[in-house]
Amino acid sequence: MALPEVDGSGAKQTAPGPDKQAVAVARPSTGAGVREFAVRYGFIAITVGLFVFFAVSEESFRQPSTLFSMLKFASVVAVVGLGVTLTMVVGGLDLSVGSVAGMSVTISAMAMVFYAQVGGVAIAVVLLAGALVGALNALLIVVLRIPDLLATLASMFVIMGLKLVPVDGQSVSSGMVLRDGSVAPGRFTPDFLAIDRAFLGPVPLPVVIVGLLAVGTWFFLNRTRWGRLMYAVGANPEAARLAGVRVGRYRALAYVLSGVFAAIGGLILSSRIGQGDISAGNSLLLDAVAVALVGTSVLGLGRPNAWGTILGAVLIGILITGLTITGFPYYGQDIVKGIVLLLALLFSFTLSRRRSRYAPAAVI
Amino acid sequence: MATIELHDVRHAFGGNPVLRGVSIEWDAGEVLALMGANGAGKSTLIKVLAGVHPLQHGRISVDGASPDPADGPQAARRLGIETVHQRIDEGVVPGLSVAENLLFERIAQGDLPAVGSLRRLLPAAREVAAGLGLDWSDAVLRGDVHELGIADQQLVLLARALSRRPKLLVLDEPTSALSGAETERLFGVIDDMRRGGVAVLYVSHRIGEIERLADRIAVLRDGSIRSEQTRPYDWQAAVRDMLGERGARELAEVHDRRGDEVALELRGVRLFAGAAPFDLELRRGEVTGVVGLLGAGKSELAMGVFGAEPFAAGTMRLGDEPYAPTSPAAAVAREVYLVPEDRAAQAMLPGWSIARTASLPFLRALSPRGVLRRGEERADGRDVIDRFDVVASSEDQGVDALSGGNQQKVVVGRWLRGQPRVMLLDEPFRGIDIGARHDLSRRVRELAAGGSAVVVLAADVDEVLEVADRVVVLAEGVPRLDARTAGVSRDLIVARMAALDGEDVA
Repeated sequence: MALPEVDGSGAKQTAPGPDKQAVAVARPSTGAGVREFAVRYGFIAITVGLFVFFAVSEESFRQPSTLFSMLKFASVVAVVGLGVTLTMVVGGLDLSVGSVAGMSVTISAMAMVFYAQVGGVAIAVVLLAGALVGALNALLIVVLRIPDLLATLASMFVIMGLKLVPVDGQSVSSGMVLRDGSVAPGRFTPDFLAIDRAFLGPVPLPVVIVGLLAVGTWFFLNRTRWGRLMYAVGANPEAARLAGVRVGRYRALAYVLSGVFAAIGGLILSSRIGQGDISAGNSLLLDAVAVALVGTSVLGLGRPNAWGTILGAVLIGILITGLTITGFPYYGQDIVKGIVLLLALLFSFTLSRRRSRYAPAAVI
Repeated sequence: MATIELHDVRHAFGGNPVLRGVSIEWDAGEVLALMGANGAGKSTLIKVLAGVHPLQHGRISVDGASPDPADGPQAARRLGIETVHQRIDEGVVPGLSVAENLLFERIAQGDLPAVGSLRRLLPAAREVAAGLGLDWSDAVLRGDVHELGIADQQLVLLARALSRRPKLLVLDEPTSALSGAETERLFGVIDDMRRGGVAVLYVSHRIGEIERLADRIAVLRDGSIRSEQTRPYDWQAAVRDMLGERGARELAEVHDRRGDEVALELRGVRLFAGAAPFDLELRRGEVTGVVGLLGAGKSELAMGVFGAEPFAAGTMRLGDEPYAPTSPAAAVAREVYLVPEDRAAQAMLPGWSIARTASLPFLRALSPRGVLRRGEERADGRDVIDRFDVVASSEDQGVDALSGGNQQKVVVGRWLRGQPRVMLLDEPFRGIDIGARHDLSRRVRELAAGGSAVVVLAADVDEVLEVADRVVVLAEGVPRLDARTAGVSRDLIVARMAALDGEDVA
C-alpha cells in the first residue's frame, strides 16, 4: 500500500516561530540546523553574496546608479510577479499577465499616438483594460468553471492576437503613417515618458512604484481580512466555503488585481520603450511566474508571498545586470533564470523538511 | 515466544516524544485491542509498526524476525504486517478501477501486468474480494474506485490487506465509516482470521466493538502502555487508565429540555431526488439528535440547511422569515452554523496555525475595518485551546502537527462561540476521546440552554442519546422516528435506522 507522507501526529513541523526554534534546539545534529537555516535564509544569502561578488569584481557595478538601474530593470517583472503571486495565493495561476502587459504597451501607444491623448488618459485606459481582462478571466474561472491554467492560457492567446488587430500587426510609434496615409497626430507625451525616467531623489520612479505596490500587497495579504481569506481559499477552497467565505469573490478579486498589476507593468514597459512595440511583454509571463515561484521558497515560507516575489525579482535583476557587466552574452540570460528557479525549487521541495504547500501542478 | 513482540519502542517528532517506550506482545490468533485517548500515540505506534515512520528506538519482531528499518513499509509488509489506516483516501488510488485497487500491490510489484485488459484482472480481483465475502459484480469491479461509497472503499482496503495473508493485521478505527451490517461482516472476517492464526491489533474508541472482538485489551496513555486486561473487562478501569487523572465520568443523565419556539421549519424537503418529502421543525433551546446510517441523508440535511448543497426540493423558514440560503456565507450571516462531517476535506487548512484556523469563520469580528487585530485573534485561539483542552504547544502551532482528536477539537470549538440561531454539528465526536466528548456535549447543552436550536448528527446512537433531548432517525432520506429521548428505547431507534422503504413507519 503506497502511503503518502501525510501524518496527523506531528511529523510535519509547520508552525512558524517558537516551534521552529524548539525543533532546532531539540535536534543537536548540525546538519538539520544548517539545512533549516539554508531553507529560510539561503536565498537572501545568495542574493547578498552575488551582490558583494559583483561589487568587488566589477568597478562599474559599485556605482549607486548601477544599483538603482538594476532595481529599475527588475521593476516590471516585480510588478507583474506581484499580480501572479495574488493568483497563486488563491490556488490559481494567471498565464495571461504577459499578454496583458503587452496589450497595455499597445493600448497606451494607441491612446497617445493615434488619438493624441495625454499621458493621464493613456494610463487610465490601460488600467481599465487590465481590470477588464482580469474580470473576464474571473468570469471564465469562477462562473464558467474552467480550470485557472486553461482559462488564462486561452485568454493569453486571444489578447495577444487581439491587440494586433487595430494596429495591423505594426508597432506604434510617434510620427508613423496611418492606414489612410496620414501621419499619426500624437506622440508619446513627456509626462508618460516620465514614468520610467523620473526620479524621486536618487530613486527611479518605477522603483518607488514597485516599493509602494509591494508594501501594499504585503499589507493586503498579511494584515487584512481579505488577504487572509484569499490564503484560505488557496489552502482549501471547500474548507473556506464551509467557513462562510465567498470563495468565488476572492478568486475573482485575485484575477482582477492580477490584470491591473500586469497593466501597471505594461505602463512602465511602454514608458521605457517609448513606442508601442508589438513584441513587448512576450517574455514577461515566464519571468513573472518564475519570480513568484522563487518567492514561495525564499524565507522558507512555502507559500506565495509579496516579499518573496520582490526578492526573487531583485535576485534575478542582480544576476542579469552583473553578468551583463562582466560580459556574459545576453542569450545566456534564460539559462541563468532557469538555474535560479531550479535552485529555488530545490530549496522548497528537496531541502525543506516539510513539503512545499504550493505545488503548481495541482492547479489543474 | 510470542508471535508479535514490541520492545521499548520509542518515537519522537522533532524533540517531542510521542512514544516513550511501548512494550507489548501477543500471539497468533489473538485479537489485541488498543485503546487510548487523543494524542496518546496510537496513530504513531501504528505507523511505526507499518514502517511508515522508521523505527527510532526499540525492537519489533514478528516470529522472531525484525524488519530492516531502512526499508520502510516494504520491510514491514515482507514480515507479514498489513495495516489498514483510518484515512481511506491514503489507501485507495483514485482513477483506477476497483479491480486494480484490489490488486494494486501485485500490479505495483510487477506480478500482474500494469497495462492490458482489465478483463484479465477480473478473476484475480474477484478472488481478493471473495476473501472478505464480497460478491461484487464485474460492473462494480470495472468501475472507478471513487464510484464506490466510502464504506465500500474501506472494504477494498481490507480485502487487499487480507489477500496478502498477513501474520499481523493492524486495523485503525476500521468501522468509523461502516454501517451496522458492514461492521458485522468485518467482525465475521476478524473471527475467521483469529481462527486462522492471524494476530490482530484492533484500534478503536468504541467499547462495544472491543467487547465483542478483543481477546485482550491494552491501554496506551502518553506514549506507553498503562494497563492490560483480559476478560472479563473492567471498562471503568480501562477508561480511567485512558484518561488518567481526569477520571472516568458517569454517563450523562438523559436530557429532556423542551424547546418552545420553532427556530427552523422545513417544508416538503426531499433530501434525495427520489426520496419522499417531509416536514421537520427545529425548536429553540432544544438539542435534536439526528441518527442514521451512512447514506441515510444526515449530511445532506445538514448541508442543505447550511446552504452548502441545495435540497432536491423543499422550502425553509427561519423564525418568521423565509430562509433560502444560496451559500454557507449566507447561512452564517443568518446565524446558522455548521461543523461539517469530514475534518480533513471540509475544515482543515494545511499549514495554518490553530489561531488562524479557529478565527476563520468569524474573521469579520476581528477586523472591523478590514485590518486584522492579530493580538485578539491569538487570544481567541488560546481561548479555544483552554476551553477544549487542546494538547498544543501554543496557539501558533500548526494544525497539521496536532493529533486527529485535537484537530477535531479546534475545528468544532471554533464554531461554539456566541449564540447562533441554529447550530448544526455533523459527526462532531469523530475521533475524540470520551473526556473530550463529555466536554463537547456540555458545551452543546449550554448552547441550547442559551436559546439556540442545536442539531447533532451522528451514526452512533449512544453519542446522540448522550446529548440530545429529541431523537430523529433518518433512513433513506426520510425521518422514520421523531421522539423525546426520555421516552424512546435504544432498540427502537436501531430498528428504525435499519428500516427499509415501504415498511411500517408508525
